[in-house]
Amino acid sequence: MIGLLKGGLKGDGKSSGDALTVIEPKSGWQIIDFKELKDYQDLFYFLVWRDIKTLYAQTVLGFSWAILNPLIQIIIFGIIFGKIAKVSTDGIPYILFSSVAIIPWAYIAQAMTQSSQCLIQGSSILGKVYFPRLIFPITPVLAKLVDFGISMLIILCIMLYYRVFPTWNLVWFPVFVGMMISIPLGVGLWLSSLAIRFRDIRHAMPFFIQMLMYTAPIVYSASSIPEGYRLLYSLNPIVGVIEGLRACLLGTPIPWLYIWPGILTAALLVISGALYFKRMERFIVDVI
Amino acid sequence: MNDQNIAVKAEHISKCYRIGLKETMQDSLLKTISNFMINPLKNYRTYRALYNFDDVSPDQDTNPSDVIWALKDLSFEVKKGEVVGIIGVNGAGKSTLLKILSRITVPTTGRVTIRGRVSSLLEVGTGFHPELTGRENIYLNGTILGMRKKEIDRKFDEILDFAGVEKFIDTPVKRYSSGMKVRLAFAVAAYLEPEILIIDEVLAVGDASFQKKCMHKMKDVGQHGRTVLFVSHNMQAITRLCPRAILLNDGQVLADGPSPEIVGVYLNSEGGARAEKVWPDLFQAPGDDVIRLCALRAKTVDGRVTGVVDISQPVAIELEYEVLQSGHEFEIYFKLINGEGIDVFQSIDNDPSWRKKSRPIGRYMSKAWIPGDLLAEGMYVINPRVRNRFWVDDALGIQVVDPMDGAGARVDTVRDIPGVVRPLLKWETEFFPR
Repeated sequence: MIGLLKGGLKGDGKSSGDALTVIEPKSGWQIIDFKELKDYQDLFYFLVWRDIKTLYAQTVLGFSWAILNPLIQIIIFGIIFGKIAKVSTDGIPYILFSSVAIIPWAYIAQAMTQSSQCLIQGSSILGKVYFPRLIFPITPVLAKLVDFGISMLIILCIMLYYRVFPTWNLVWFPVFVGMMISIPLGVGLWLSSLAIRFRDIRHAMPFFIQMLMYTAPIVYSASSIPEGYRLLYSLNPIVGVIEGLRACLLGTPIPWLYIWPGILTAALLVISGALYFKRMERFIVDVI
Repeated sequence: MNDQNIAVKAEHISKCYRIGLKETMQDSLLKTISNFMINPLKNYRTYRALYNFDDVSPDQDTNPSDVIWALKDLSFEVKKGEVVGIIGVNGAGKSTLLKILSRITVPTTGRVTIRGRVSSLLEVGTGFHPELTGRENIYLNGTILGMRKKEIDRKFDEILDFAGVEKFIDTPVKRYSSGMKVRLAFAVAAYLEPEILIIDEVLAVGDASFQKKCMHKMKDVGQHGRTVLFVSHNMQAITRLCPRAILLNDGQVLADGPSPEIVGVYLNSEGGARAEKVWPDLFQAPGDDVIRLCALRAKTVDGRVTGVVDISQPVAIELEYEVLQSGHEFEIYFKLINGEGIDVFQSIDNDPSWRKKSRPIGRYMSKAWIPGDLLAEGMYVINPRVRNRFWVDDALGIQVVDPMDGAGARVDTVRDIPGVVRPLLKWETEFFPR
């Protein structure tokens, strides 16, 4: 039955060779054309491929950089916050505690930076050919997942070293990864469309990223936040992602209280970002 | 009902840009910086206003000064399978029109309806990444242009063959010569199979043999019943490839019709070709106290003044001059120089009734007929002279076009025909059976 349906749909797709396109000024809010995005899935694939392939082109270490970068950060943080400042970690070894946070954070920070600049960097392509503009901010968010995947090896090694073994909590892993992806996606949608008019974004980004890092329990533990501020604190979706990933990898109880508010803000961020992006889309080429 | 046969229909499209952002020039770096810091709110308003068009309208004269109408109430239709050239001076709105048709930007008002799959080539090699190999770039560029991976898989060998870079296909493109890059990029574009193809003239790249290949391919595309919109400044290419042309001027359609005619309108209006040169004030005209040139014209057999000449039709060069003193003999002639600056010929007034005879005071009109099937396609300038008296450079410009109707020396071929002249010779072949 489903096969039949699919066949029917495919047939339809072919006869749409006579597709009618209407080009006219649009105003107000637009919905996302998911069908069109799907039509361009091959382009997605090759753009992601380009990002991955060219990132480490002509480097000696190649993809080892995806491991080396977070590893060095883990070591530095381990020394400063673990050994010198002696940050409380609820009894978890500091290296283990911070590595499960630093790696997702590195993904979020990099994907966010790239995504927010994507339209400006791609301006030459944007002015020469049409394809759904949404592809641009989404591509780096997907491409950086490869780095994330590779650097997960570090976590694996550290977990083995401390003899932490996976528990049933791990079934939540995809959920938190999904939440993790939604953050740079939402921010990227917002900032990339803002950045075409206001180039301030590029200059504010490093500072913004650094600030964000300290708003999330990456080098410190969420439990050190006073009870009364917890809800406000966990409205930041990064808090939920870090706490969630930490709990599901290390097998500690999942602190849903820190996670729910974040899921809501993340969803809101993505939806509003997509709407805003679609609204700004028609000006991109004229203003860039 | 009829709409089924229309591939592109543009209805009253206008496009407005805010060039805005008039900056007050500061005389020192310090002032510029302080200005930036003091006025963030002002900056915010300026940048925000960039996309606000509420206060403008195409038919009002009250538009703010920073608004430019690239297109004004433009309408036209293109039927399925038509190959249409779009011409006009720089700034006439050609690029903006192409951008709207290829969905890169939307019109400010009006609408375009397109029936069929569109591919636009405003640039070759869009999205080429220097670090990727030739193979990867073929796929990347192909998908950017709207192809599916499967489609590229299928055409990959042909693309490679067309580009002629088999040996380097797995080498990063940054190691390619610029010619190789262009060939690879064009090859991808050449294998797009849209129903409607929108092309900018940037395609005129590469060496002569590659250009020939491209022209051939374009001709091919047109002959396969696909709709093509082609922007170019190359009038030869337009008359050769496109039966119909649309002339844009100042964002509006100035003329629309058979391309030799429209090219004529364009060339006559735009300095490039000048079918007629008249000096209304005799004492400002070239010459001396004895003889002065009044006018110079290019005319067809039926007496029409035109700068565009069908390659197989004769054209008359007409000189009008006034003799102010009697008792002089004149040798009147003109030189014809082609686009490459080669003197193609020089022709001297040999009318026996005036040759070597002194002329009385009065006005004269001399005509010299250049036969059809003599000049090659292209641009020519005409320099009239009176020996030992005066000469005028670039007084007249004519464009010889080949309508490809099979009548000329081209016979029925479509390839580039080299040569300074293109005479239609009489061929005779005898046959001796064994």
